Amino acid sequence: MLNLLSIITFTPAVAALILAVFLRGEDEAAQNNAKWVAFVATLATFAASLILLFGFDTADTGFQFVEEHEWILGLTYKMGVDGISVLFVMLTTFLMPITIAACWNVTHRVKEYMIAFLLLETLMIGVFTALDLVLFYLFFEAGLIPMFLIIGIWGGKERIYAAFKFFLYTFLGSVLMLVAMIAMYVDAGTTDIPTLLQHQFSTESFSLMGWQVIGGMQSLLWLAFFASFAVKMPMWPVHTWLPDAHVQAPTAGSVVLAAVLLKMGGYGFLRFSLPMFPVASDIFAPLVLWLSAIAIVYTSLVALMQTDMKKLIAYSSVAHMGFVTMGIFAANKQGVDGAIFQMISHGFISGALFLGVGVIYDRMHTREIDAYGGLVNRMPVYAAVFLLFTMANVGLPGTSGFVGEFLTFMGVFQVNTWVAVVSATGVILSAAYALWLYRRVVMGELIKASLKGITDMDRREKAMMAPLVAATLILGVYPAFITDIIGPSVSALVDGHALALQAHEAASQLAQN
Amino acid sequence: MIGADLTTALPEIVLALFAMAMLMVGVYGGKDKLAEPILYATAALMVMLALYSGTQSLEAQTAFNGMYLKDGFAQFAKMLILVSAAVVLVMGKSVMAEGGLLKFEYPILIALSVVGMMLMVSAGDLIALYMGLELQSLALYVVATMNRDSTRSTEAGLKYFILGALASGLLLYGASLTYGYAGTTVFAGILSTISDDGMSVGLMMGLAFMLAGLAFKVSAVPFHMWTPDVYEGAPTPVTAFFATAPKVAAMALIARLVHDAFGTVPGDWSQIVAFLAAASMFVGAIAAIGQRDIKRLMAYSSISHMGFALVGLAAGTAQGVQGMLVYMAIYVTMNIGVFAFILTMRRDGKPVTDISEMNQLSKAEPLRALALLVLMFSLAGVPPLVGFFGKFYVLWAAVDAGLTWLAVVGVIASVIGAFYYLRIVYYMYFGAESEPLDTVRAPVQGTLLVACAMIMVVGVINLFGIDGMAALAADALVR
Repeated sequence: MLNLLSIITFTPAVAALILAVFLRGEDEAAQNNAKWVAFVATLATFAASLILLFGFDTADTGFQFVEEHEWILGLTYKMGVDGISVLFVMLTTFLMPITIAACWNVTHRVKEYMIAFLLLETLMIGVFTALDLVLFYLFFEAGLIPMFLIIGIWGGKERIYAAFKFFLYTFLGSVLMLVAMIAMYVDAGTTDIPTLLQHQFSTESFSLMGWQVIGGMQSLLWLAFFASFAVKMPMWPVHTWLPDAHVQAPTAGSVVLAAVLLKMGGYGFLRFSLPMFPVASDIFAPLVLWLSAIAIVYTSLVALMQTDMKKLIAYSSVAHMGFVTMGIFAANKQGVDGAIFQMISHGFISGALFLGVGVIYDRMHTREIDAYGGLVNRMPVYAAVFLLFTMANVGLPGTSGFVGEFLTFMGVFQVNTWVAVVSATGVILSAAYALWLYRRVVMGELIKASLKGITDMDRREKAMMAPLVAATLILGVYPAFITDIIGPSVSALVDGHALALQAHEAASQLAQN
Repeated sequence: MIGADLTTALPEIVLALFAMAMLMVGVYGGKDKLAEPILYATAALMVMLALYSGTQSLEAQTAFNGMYLKDGFAQFAKMLILVSAAVVLVMGKSVMAEGGLLKFEYPILIALSVVGMMLMVSAGDLIALYMGLELQSLALYVVATMNRDSTRSTEAGLKYFILGALASGLLLYGASLTYGYAGTTVFAGILSTISDDGMSVGLMMGLAFMLAGLAFKVSAVPFHMWTPDVYEGAPTPVTAFFATAPKVAAMALIARLVHDAFGTVPGDWSQIVAFLAAASMFVGAIAAIGQRDIKRLMAYSSISHMGFALVGLAAGTAQGVQGMLVYMAIYVTMNIGVFAFILTMRRDGKPVTDISEMNQLSKAEPLRALALLVLMFSLAGVPPLVGFFGKFYVLWAAVDAGLTWLAVVGVIASVIGAFYYLRIVYYMYFGAESEPLDTVRAPVQGTLLVACAMIMVVGVINLFGIDGMAALAADALVR
């Protein structure tokens, strides 16, 4: 399969084009057709990505399935996956059919809605498969357009504020990365990511407007990339766009946002910051570790006091992403393994939690925690599923949430014990807010009159939760599914990082003598 | 000799003779009844001349003792000017006719200003430069006041004239200083004087004054004040014209002047251009936020875009010129698309320009709204739309030339600018429910709008090879 990655990436876009050109009408039949076309297209993409997964050679730490074509200005259209990116592709293609299933109740501009999601899928997969800096940037930024429209057209009451904030916040972060990318192109003479991974960017410190820049060009490049990925991730204190965007986005939008879009930041750290700027990463690692620790504790506390379910889960996402950044910048095998594991597992768990909120929102049209209570009496299946994901969110052993947190803790503990200690309190807090949420929404007597007629999950809702339940449990008891695939690539990444630091150390020793 | 000179400058001569002949035809023929055929004939001739320029050899030639240059750079700029002028003429015809403004002078004046522009990009001498510039400007002053019964339009024309005269004065003063210190008005002569005797203070002053005068023409900050008023006051088809061809010509003229006459001392002018660029990008982005009138908004948008194009020039390299040319080509395409839309904005049969009129346009006319959405994101420079590549090229040139600070300033301005482009999308897609705009049957404008939007999307594949042509053009200029 020569062009497998291009096929996977552009299948949804082709489906979107077909929808745009051939589908006419606004009646129910046309709406159903749009939904089915989108669903089938995302399933087909998932099937194609399975071929990718089974054809993937885990022992090979280089890029596989590489395709390359000339583009403009010495840029190339180059795609490929390695052990780090292949699972993100899988995560995206796995979640998209579920996401489409989650919008089955939408009746407002269905065709456009489906087109937006299909385009978004193409752009998300592209981010994980691009092997050219500018191509990566193209996919990374272009994703803002469909998401802006999804929040703005199909979102809640404050959707316009949320859409603008989402767009401008993330746009500001990424344009600085664009300048850094151009600087890298000028310095290295290429935008080819595999070549850039071998390129050493200068670490010689220089003074800029009277400030001594330690780590030289690498530090500046690192900071520019950090501006982009930290916003995308999002890290404290630049996370404020996320709760707004999550609360206002429609259910399916929240799922994609939490499950995939946030992971682009983590992927960016792994693909660019850590391997390309090892010295700068080392210089700034304490900063990132402490920001992560603050994020974990602070946003967990904030989550505790939320009255809106989606906002609570959004803050919990920020906390969980704190574990990811912490693991990545611990820069050892356990930390990075754990970070990737945590990202994948958070994709399933947060996606499922937002779907869960969507299920009851569809029935009651409110997300206020106070409007619920005692749902277990009328919705036993829902209660069970929601319990599982609440526990997974807390990190209960046996669920995938535990593995990721445990591995990142192990990684960080070796590097900085205090950060590990502080962030461990976040685990307790996460148990507090998650269980309290569960207590208030699901348990207790069903006294509210409005809830008397609520019905349990229907077949469609069960079907879309089932794969997520399975994934969470399987990964929880057998994490090697993931660690076997990412292992060799992560080892190579971590070893390369350590070697680069040693070389830098030796060079600066030599310079001092 | 004279025969060879005339052949070299053939396109300008043909177009000028055509304009004068049409003037006679118009006066002694049917007057305004002939306006439509004259308009189409002018557009057709412009397209033919563009094709002619495109097929000429890229070898550099001079005529009239070095006053007229013909090289790859001039040809690229001329093609862009001619095609965009022709498109804008055809695009605006129906609207001019509706307003009773389709006089036979209109296409003739446009043709004359295009002759001026072609002369500008081919200028090899300060006198030729000034002649081209004034021919262009005089024609444009008159076109701006085309709607004689409207105080707005006459005010716009008068403002444009007075400020334009001031700018011409500055330019002339600079030219005379340059002549005084270099002893010649030919670019090549100025260049050799500088490389022999170095850059004197007088030449420096001359350069600064000339750049100020030219900055007025591209509406770069701080010489931009006329732009919003003129854009708003002039009839919309004329505004569309102001936003496209003259900008290309003036930008090309700046490139011509700084590289041909002052090419050996890029450090001296690059600072001035960089300042103009940074100020334009920021003022254009910030001032547009408060605008409600789409024509004023597009005026500030064009100020900001000129800032970006100047970033390419500030780099002072062949890459920079290439970036500027690519940027201008993309900018012109986007503006034609947007103005094709503005020309069809109607409510109850009357033209409207307030942006809130676009409320929920996406429901009434999904295709038009989608096309405008694409153009707006492209103007904002969001990938994968072609507008992004224009920015990418100039930023790349700037970083490569060591002007990283300017690149950072540029991208931050582009984020601020994104706000008002997004606001138009907001009105079209998420705005309050209201009566949608009239559904206008406008095949020409509709086609152009959709075609420009398509170009913005499809162009991501290879930019239609425009970057390769721009590279050839830039190499002709920067040796």
